[in-house]
Amino acid sequence: MTKKAEKSFTPTGFVYKSTTLPEATKKDHKKLGLTNDDVIALFREMFLQRRFEERAAQMYQKGKFGGFLHLYIGQEAISSATNFVLQDDDDIITAYRDHGFGLVRGISAKAGMAELFGKATGCSNGKGGSMHFFNADRHFWGGHGIVGAHIPVGAGLAFANKYLDNGRISISFFGDGAVDQGALHEAFNLAQLWKLPAIFVVENNGYSMGTAVERHTAAEIYKRALAYDMKYEIVNGMDLFSMIEKLQEVAKDVRDNSIPYFLEIRTYRYKGHSMSDPGNYRTKEELDEFKAIDPIERLKTYMLDKKVLKQDEIDSIMDEVNKEVLDAIDFAEESDFPAEEELYKHIFSGDELVIHDHK
Amino acid sequence: MPQLQFGEAIREAMQEEMRRDERVFLMGEEVAEYDGAYKVSQGMLEEFGPRRIIDTPISELGFSGIGVGAAMNGLVPIVEFMTFNFSLVGVDQILNNAAKIRYMSGGQVNMPIIFRGPNAAAGQLGATHSVAFESFFSYFPGLKVIYASEPFDAKGLLKSAIRDGNPIIFMESEQMYGLKGEVPEEEYLIPIGKGKIKREGDDVTLVAHGKMLHVAKQAAEQLAKDGIECEIIDPRTIKPFDIELVIESIKKTNRCVLVDESHPFGGVASEVGFLIQRDAFDYLDAPVQRVTLPDVPAPFARNLYDLWFPDAKQIVEAVKTVTYTN
Ligand SMILES: Cc1ncc(C[n+]2csc(CCOP(=O)(O)OP(=O)(O)O)c2C)c(N)n1
Ligand SMILES: [Mg+2]
Repeated sequence: MTKKAEKSFTPTGFVYKSTTLPEATKKDHKKLGLTNDDVIALFREMFLQRRFEERAAQMYQKGKFGGFLHLYIGQEAISSATNFVLQDDDDIITAYRDHGFGLVRGISAKAGMAELFGKATGCSNGKGGSMHFFNADRHFWGGHGIVGAHIPVGAGLAFANKYLDNGRISISFFGDGAVDQGALHEAFNLAQLWKLPAIFVVENNGYSMGTAVERHTAAEIYKRALAYDMKYEIVNGMDLFSMIEKLQEVAKDVRDNSIPYFLEIRTYRYKGHSMSDPGNYRTKEELDEFKAIDPIERLKTYMLDKKVLKQDEIDSIMDEVNKEVLDAIDFAEESDFPAEEELYKHIFSGDELVIHDHK
Repeated sequence: MPQLQFGEAIREAMQEEMRRDERVFLMGEEVAEYDGAYKVSQGMLEEFGPRRIIDTPISELGFSGIGVGAAMNGLVPIVEFMTFNFSLVGVDQILNNAAKIRYMSGGQVNMPIIFRGPNAAAGQLGATHSVAFESFFSYFPGLKVIYASEPFDAKGLLKSAIRDGNPIIFMESEQMYGLKGEVPEEEYLIPIGKGKIKREGDDVTLVAHGKMLHVAKQAAEQLAKDGIECEIIDPRTIKPFDIELVIESIKKTNRCVLVDESHPFGGVASEVGFLIQRDAFDYLDAPVQRVTLPDVPAPFARNLYDLWFPDAKQIVEAVKTVTYTN
């Protein structure tokens, strides 16, 4: 709760609880239609995202690459559940906290790490960096840096799907801070008016940079949907199975009925906003509370309880992933920077360079 | 004289003007409780309280417009953009409302408002986070555009801007916030629209503003070793532009290189280049040259970024071209 300071505009003061989670589903993986192998694959994928970013942070601190680095650590259940539930040709778009979605949508650890290093072998040829992972072949439409600006673009992906009547849907991810942008409202209105098969997802991780949700947005976020008569759900993003359960229902509804849907996923980012953020705006207790329900750690326990895997099998998966990420670092280090002429390529399609006053 | 960092100079300007004038307030993302994304407003919440140092949501259109309305209705808003890249989301409020309402009302409405924040590239931040906007904003009648390069100028110009009573775009740079320079303790103002000779020389006139001033200085040092003395003019204000100062210098040096962090098409350099050829044609011994960004978005990769960003070497080359010493 914030205290009401007199004559202030934005609520001031410390927020002791930035986000509250809805209850997790009670269903086990079998009830949700997952095989043991599915669970194992999901675990591996979530751990890959985690390990990839932990190592990326180390490399950043060592000065191996520059620019921004926004880590997704803590939120991996969301990207993995999404990729698991959606069809491979459904369209995904997200903001700059994009490594997780890139990795689940076919960007290898190698191509991802090389992009961070700005190498020619990176998933965006070294042109984009951390904020702009893309894998268009696999319907992953990036990595976007202007807060909220990709929400209408996500609606546009759905527009094309409806226009082409191809049975595909789009899903657009953005942060709680993006909810405050006008772009969200225009996109919601258009999507509902035109009945676009689009899922809009706010990953409410409690903070927009250093500003807690209740200090930056009026009313509960999910209520944005009400004004447009859009369907909505609040989902526990710290729990893989809850994510899968809700997404299965929602994706089916959106696909079958060509309608937009708004999901408020409650989650938490463990790390600072970017590498330069010491995170003084939150308490250690809050952070610990979320780490205690870490989706990856809980999935490990679950797999042991349900005898999906034994401890040594889990360990060997983790070793394998560790190695994959270390190999990715070697690959990134050894790869070449883009050739100089690459600077001028990819501005327009076609072979002709259309560059004003280019000598 | 005390040394201040660029960011501190901006803070002092805001603090002094806020102490002087109750109508002045600051709003923007993370300016209050976080002390500013780049710590420019550090300690200001404590001094002025949450009524005057206001954290905003990421709603550039909304809070730019609120600034416009507040300015019309008697306040003097300082609207901070975390960087000018994000002003694009709210730019209609600046270009159509802040810049034109006074004119459309036949002079009935006052529009004392400052839009300020970091401008232009700041390292490998990618294509959407690296744009130099001074040329863009200068295109529009009704806006004054300032892009300071040193702490002394930043403080004096920002204070003048806050008192100016008109819509002003005030540009800074993440990469310059830590830059130190002498700033007098006593109060001073710098007139908007007046450039300054930052280095004297007889051989060639370099015109460079903002971050480019420092690159031009490096180039001038290298050139001095070869016996070429550059005169460096920092216009400090992009609009109105102090063309007289540049012309005076060219009358002495007969050669000119324009250094501009914008893309080339319609950039500051193209406008100033036009004025020079019109007003100083008879004094030129060589065609004016310019050093700008290429007509290419910002790349991420380190090597491509270095290739993209104007450097001292390019300025040296351009000077050698205009002095025929290549
Ligand atoms: C239009 C715009 N304004 C400001 C910024 C600077 N900025 C980048 S991320 C961010 C915070 C966004 O928070 P949120 O949407 O909650 O996403 P999260 O970082 O938590 O994933 C801000 C203010 C920006 N990139 N774009
Ligand atoms: Mg957030």
